[in-house]
Amino acid sequence: MLQTGLEHIESEQAFQDTLDSNENVMICCGRMGPMCLPVYDVMEALTPDYPQVAFRDMAFDEPVGRVIRTLPETKSFAGLPFTVYFKNGKVVSATSSIQTMDQVTAILDEHFGAQG
Amino acid sequence: MSTDYDILILGAGPAGLTAGIYAARARRSVLILDSGTIGGQTVLTDKVANYPGVAETSGRELSQTMAQQARAYGCEVKAFARIAEVDLTGEAKAVTLKNGTRFTAKAVIVATGGVPRKLGVDGEAGFVGRGISYCATCDGDFFTDRPIAVIGGGNSALEEAVSLSRYASQITVIHEFDHFQAEPWIVVEAEANEKICFLMNQRVLDFSGESGLTGVRSADKEDEVITETPVDGCFVFVGYVPNSEAFEGQVELTGSGEIVTDDALRTSLSGVFAAGDVRHKRVRQITTAVSDGTVAALSALEYLSEAAS
Repeated sequence: MLQTGLEHIESEQAFQDTLDSNENVMICCGRMGPMCLPVYDVMEALTPDYPQVAFRDMAFDEPVGRVIRTLPETKSFAGLPFTVYFKNGKVVSATSSIQTMDQVTAILDEHFGAQG
Repeated sequence: MSTDYDILILGAGPAGLTAGIYAARARRSVLILDSGTIGGQTVLTDKVANYPGVAETSGRELSQTMAQQARAYGCEVKAFARIAEVDLTGEAKAVTLKNGTRFTAKAVIVATGGVPRKLGVDGEAGFVGRGISYCATCDGDFFTDRPIAVIGGGNSALEEAVSLSRYASQITVIHEFDHFQAEPWIVVEAEANEKICFLMNQRVLDFSGESGLTGVRSADKEDEVITETPVDGCFVFVGYVPNSEAFEGQVELTGSGEIVTDDALRTSLSGVFAAGDVRHKRVRQITTAVSDGTVAALSALEYLSEAAS
């Protein structure tokens, strides 16, 4: 399990439930590694500013990570973390490797609406 | 929340956090602002084994402890600050955030660190996370039994090349000079590794591939002979560039953008000090950043005392 302040997705059922019950979802699938930690921090910092978005993390090496690792959108990825943005259950954006706050907010603003 | 401080510290890496500890212990009001996460480049270090007094830790843990120490003395630490403008030229130094909040201080310590240097060649940006990486610890296992390149010739490049040999089938170290900047012990270790070969005196031209990286092209700097190296991954360790853009035209910078300081870490501007990787210096380690933070804080405290008398 990841040691972050985010809500974790720990099963495929929880993954599906998250997509079913939230219009906008951002999932960061990674490890407790140097490139992943800053992205979790960014998500935690942005959580109050984007109440319309469900921010979640997922352990890359756990079985549940398969749902992100096997997406067509992440097929060519070779850099942790894999971060995927879903709108109404569909992937609208995906990034590989570390991302800055500006990079994350640009995607959130484009697909989920500007911060509140 | 107060917006006027004795000392404003820009950057929450080891230099900035150390400065915060010293300045706050001296009972000055101190605010540390960072546009990113707490820890700066240190967070990107998976294992820290050469910080005296700590047998082994992660960069993240070390940074968090420093931040806790600073806060315990009353220092405010604000991560992910969205800084819009920095004006250090007046007697009251000012930093304005994008939401309009304006912080002022009598003294400023610039400790904004640096970011990994990019090669700036065709294909680099597009293949980040799809073959190009700046973290061997994070991404090495994506290239198990596959050929990769490591670009650079300093300690980081050769240490990571050796580390990556646990995964990759072959590693080509591509370096821009005909000699290494790395310390001799790691050069010996890399040269003795059967999986590692070397392409010296090279200028990287571009990266190629479709959905993922498939190759890197480089040219010999002397005879311009072009070499195409087929690789699935490439790890780039070619140094750092200082985060000093916001200070251009305000404090003296070197040609490569590093802030010029004197022995007391004073910049060319009265009341403005610089510490850590953002300033011009030779050795960039967590320990030297901590040292810089100490000196800069003590100099800033002295400046405030003199200004008050």
